Amino acid sequence: MLLTIETTHRPATDLGFLLHKNPDRLHEKSLSFGRAVMCFPEADEDRCRFALTVEVDPIGLVRGRAPGASLHDHYVNDRPYAASSFLSVAIARALNTAFAGRSKHRQELAETPIPLAVTVLPLAARGSEDLAKRLFEPLGYEVETLAHALDPALPDWGASPYITLRLEGSLTLRELLTHLYVLVPVLDNSKHYYVDDDEVEKLVAKGAGWLEQHPERDFIVNRALKRRRRLVREALARLTEEDEADDADEPARQDEAEDALERPIRLNDLRMARVTEVLAASGARRVVDLGCGEGRLLRELLASRQFEEVVGVDTSLRSLERASQRLKLDRMPERQAARLKLLHGALTYRDRRLEGYDAAALVEVIEHIDQDRHPALERALFEFMAPPLVVVTTPNREYNALFENMPAGALRHGDHRFEWTRAEFESWAHGVAERFGYALHLEGIGEVHAELGAPTQMAIFERGRQ
Amino acid sequence: MKTINLPEFCLVVLIGPSGAGKSTFARKHFLASEVISSDFCRGLVADDENDQSVTGAAFDLVHFIAEKRLQGRRLAVIDATNVRSEDRASYVRIARKFHALPVAIVLNPGESVCQERNAARPDRQFGPHVVRNHIRALKRGIRKLQKEGFRQVHEFRSSEEIEVVEISRQPLWTDKRAESGPFDIIGDIHGCCDELESLLAGLGYEVHFEGEGEARRCTVAAPAGRRAVFVGDLVDRGPRSPDVLRLVMSMVRAGTAFCVIGNHENKFLRWLNGRNVKPTHGLAETIAQMEEEPESFREEVRTFLDGLLSHAWLDGGKLVVAHAGLREDMIGRASGAVRSFCMYGETTGETDEFGLPVRYNWAADYRGRTTVVYGHTPVPEAEWLNDTICIDTGCVFGGKLTALRWPERELVSVPAVRTYFEPARPLQPQAKAREAQAEADDMLDLEDVRGKRQIETRFGGRMTINEANAAAALEAMTRFAVNPKWLVYLPPTMSPSETSRREGLLEHPLEAFDYFRKEQVATVVCQEKHMGSRAVMVVCRSPEVAQARFGTLGPESGAIYSRTGRDFFLDGEKTEAVLARVRQAADRAGLWDSLESDWFVLDAEIMPWSAKAQSLLRVQYAPVGVAASMDFAARAEVFQAAAARGIDVEDRDLTALRQFALAGRYAAAWRRYCWPVENLDDYRIAPFHLLASEGAVHTDKDHRWHMAQLAALTCGDDPLLMATSHRFVDLDDPEAVDGAVFWWETMTEAGGEGMVVKPLDFFAKGPRGFVQPAVKCRGKEYLRIIYGLDYDQPGNLERLRNRGLGRKRALARREAALGQEALERFVAGAPLRRVHECVFAVLALESEPVDPRL
Repeated sequence: MLLTIETTHRPATDLGFLLHKNPDRLHEKSLSFGRAVMCFPEADEDRCRFALTVEVDPIGLVRGRAPGASLHDHYVNDRPYAASSFLSVAIARALNTAFAGRSKHRQELAETPIPLAVTVLPLAARGSEDLAKRLFEPLGYEVETLAHALDPALPDWGASPYITLRLEGSLTLRELLTHLYVLVPVLDNSKHYYVDDDEVEKLVAKGAGWLEQHPERDFIVNRALKRRRRLVREALARLTEEDEADDADEPARQDEAEDALERPIRLNDLRMARVTEVLAASGARRVVDLGCGEGRLLRELLASRQFEEVVGVDTSLRSLERASQRLKLDRMPERQAARLKLLHGALTYRDRRLEGYDAAALVEVIEHIDQDRHPALERALFEFMAPPLVVVTTPNREYNALFENMPAGALRHGDHRFEWTRAEFESWAHGVAERFGYALHLEGIGEVHAELGAPTQMAIFERGRQ
Repeated sequence: MKTINLPEFCLVVLIGPSGAGKSTFARKHFLASEVISSDFCRGLVADDENDQSVTGAAFDLVHFIAEKRLQGRRLAVIDATNVRSEDRASYVRIARKFHALPVAIVLNPGESVCQERNAARPDRQFGPHVVRNHIRALKRGIRKLQKEGFRQVHEFRSSEEIEVVEISRQPLWTDKRAESGPFDIIGDIHGCCDELESLLAGLGYEVHFEGEGEARRCTVAAPAGRRAVFVGDLVDRGPRSPDVLRLVMSMVRAGTAFCVIGNHENKFLRWLNGRNVKPTHGLAETIAQMEEEPESFREEVRTFLDGLLSHAWLDGGKLVVAHAGLREDMIGRASGAVRSFCMYGETTGETDEFGLPVRYNWAADYRGRTTVVYGHTPVPEAEWLNDTICIDTGCVFGGKLTALRWPERELVSVPAVRTYFEPARPLQPQAKAREAQAEADDMLDLEDVRGKRQIETRFGGRMTINEANAAAALEAMTRFAVNPKWLVYLPPTMSPSETSRREGLLEHPLEAFDYFRKEQVATVVCQEKHMGSRAVMVVCRSPEVAQARFGTLGPESGAIYSRTGRDFFLDGEKTEAVLARVRQAADRAGLWDSLESDWFVLDAEIMPWSAKAQSLLRVQYAPVGVAASMDFAARAEVFQAAAARGIDVEDRDLTALRQFALAGRYAAAWRRYCWPVENLDDYRIAPFHLLASEGAVHTDKDHRWHMAQLAALTCGDDPLLMATSHRFVDLDDPEAVDGAVFWWETMTEAGGEGMVVKPLDFFAKGPRGFVQPAVKCRGKEYLRIIYGLDYDQPGNLERLRNRGLGRKRALARREAALGQEALERFVAGAPLRRVHECVFAVLALESEPVDPRL
């Protein structure tokens, strides 16, 4: 990765004094992950250009991995080459005087805005195309980006995530370095170290004077703190001097897209409320949420004292962990915790632990299971678990036409294996009810469209009430 | 002297007052581990064997240990006073729960002996009233021991008697494990002697009846070494029940047959014993036929029926024959419940539309390793379900009489001459669409894959799968894998050759050859390693074959899946189109006939890599190349400019240029494995193993056979299928070895991934057990994709050489054994759960953290 800084301020060679680097020598600074090597490719009265390169040891990078690090970290990756938080560390350590705004011989100049031009490359600008512009233009830079193909030999593979970033502006060197220090990792969207409370301090300190008013402030803080909610909240509070309300939980990234689509009608809330209502009305006391995910329905169920035992089952261990965190299982009073059980399971296997319950809910789950596995799911649920009441909800595919920003034929979630029209769902539900001896009632959840129906469809199966 | 003939599996309850010598007796006659002493358990919970305050807890422990031993079918001895009836009741209950015979051994040497012994022990100073109370309680209950449920009661009333007792252990009656067959197991006969005679004749037995009345005799000569096993229900409904009895009795007497009791024998026996039974369900016919028989015959039959076994546990424990079948937890055990289950099975308490009791389908839940052969419930066709089979094919109702040959597992039947009796429930209600096993296999049970698992494999012994690994596999299996019915195999991981010390190289064929030479492998096969994605292909001749053999429901005629079980193409039509092409090739090669199979399983590589790994390439591999190229080009410019100003840049300008070139080579390395795929012809499929087909797992054949079979498959004009180029190398022939090295060099210099070296035999055994079934040897340029673009630069290579292969090799070996086991079980027709647990285990092992660059 490479950073160049040039100036046309006269005498341009003063840049050497500002950076505390002799333009006629090669400079090195050793860093924990490699070293920074610096030189001046150009240095005369009119024009002076400084270059900082970071040499990362790719093999040391892999070998030094902490145990438990993702195995994908072992594959070749762009970390030795792409501008990232490594560059920020190099700026802070190799250019520490300038970064602090000091200059032994030119302190006045250090505090004076001068014309500066910067190149950073290769810089991954993950997110929208104009992200670099959105981040740097409000700070007064003229921004120029040059895109690079993913592979020149395979033109149809399109652009790579990397750009060459060129900034021009008139400002102090300290300001420039500070902006890069904060914003390069934000563009790259990844940090090579663990983000903790110290990071809030750093961000608040380095953001002083510009980040508070930055139109992309929240975005920057979110990314800089790797979306760690508590840290983000704290940093924002300190940057804005007022506590912002904690509006609803941050949904898991996977579900974000689906939520975003459905948000205007707050469909998920309606769904949870209606399913809870149906379960409560049946008089059920011991209930199972099959495919509980992060526990949105579990929370509703636990809130009602009618339910003496609430079981959440999911096939993803990560989801169960998050459910446990979100429901604060470890801090729940013993009696309350005894009502809740989280089980790792899979709906296509018979699970003897789930036999003998009063009711089971499958909320937005069946569409995540391949249709050729449905016979197994149906038997596990209706033949072996066989609770007196089963509630199933699933998207109504027809309604998708009404979602803005949704391409025709697309599904609401990347992992949906299919979505059913009302007729398809009805036919499935009737088949199941008939085969396993359940009575069936169908209804919609959410605002009903005259032709396309409700966004969510629900089937209520009751055993032995044919 | 008295000898106690103790069943080798039973619960012995020692009964006697304190000081009677129970512990001494137990020590003398039983293993220390067989004896559960209440005093010892007191010590365990309270550090004091005489602490009476922990009696409750100590006996909880006694019960718990007894239960665990009996559950495992091991004899247990309770060493406690047990003088009161309520103390003993719990042991009778435990014995019944685990179907063990409760045996009481009463030791009562007299009060004075007991008092004397206690007086001599400093820890038993509790006064004489204790022993006195014990003896009083004992006397009250001793007559009722049989009534309490003890099946054997032995009482000894003096020290002398106790001293000379000997104990001999006897196998249970039903335990015929020492009888190893071969057997011909014969279904419900119900007096159909004509059919029985033809069936036996067909099986090679010579049956001869002679005489009339008192003089009527039957003799049967069995074919060499074979014996018959009758599943019961010899009598009732049919025309010749007495002759059937005569035949079976003569064989049992001659030692050429075993017979287990059926419910009809039981009822008939009660009639013979003069009990009042209703002559329904065909008993009237038997009674009428017996009227014609002499009294002596009736008596003979009575004795015979009285001695019939509830079930026969045979052939080293591999086989059990019981009239109505048997649950796993009852095999080789004895209790009223076992006998009743053997005769009647279990009912659910409901009745069907014909008024007959609905039977609990124990076979559907059966998970035992012992094959169960039974009758009792007439079925149109005998069919396997979970390694159980009902061979009552309703002869008396006009069906047929069936025998199962063991261990051949062949069914032999003769049709009924006529319908002798109208069944209450129609014998053939409707043509069944699917096999019972296929239906049972639709539903796998989480218990078979969850938690810590142990799997017995023929090749690798017992494999232990950790709970965490199993949990990791569950998500992968349920969210991403294909229908488990298709998952009959998952390929093992493969280790690279030992790290090479040769300059500029990490891997080289000579290390692979050295490995096999050290393992005493004489010949290896070197196969070109195609760079695509590993795929297992299950190819059936038609969807009907798939449904019949794999028990699937859909219209698919096979499956193609990745090494983690994921659907390869994620497009049913494309999969079918590929399968059709492979089928055509098989037609042309005559593979169906030569394999005598309608299906086969291939292990193959499908190219291009980009077809499957597109996202990995776009997100991981390609960006590294661009980033490096951009980075090094810019660095070169900067340092060149600085150098031009006369600054000593320590050759950084040159280094940057060299790195820039390496970035180009890196990109060129993976780009070779990518090409656009517009239609089927753009794919390349290179099979390298023909894993299995009907009746055979082909890993018993060497790689010459595999290569020859696959050459026939790929030699046609279908561009989709390509041969795997290969050469066989005699490791003692230096020229052949040089040739192979040259071949590898040529291939890898042209950008090939490298080669795989395998012992000629699919599974070869070396001095230290099974040899790695394959070792890969990757090319210098290919490794750039794996280890980074400058991995072969001085300094880097040295550090990379420090890599350990042990873990990877251990995994490869375990996964290979499990994959092999899965195929063997599938080919043998095992229930799906037994196949599934093996592939699930392979997936679980794949979640072990191993350096993914190996």
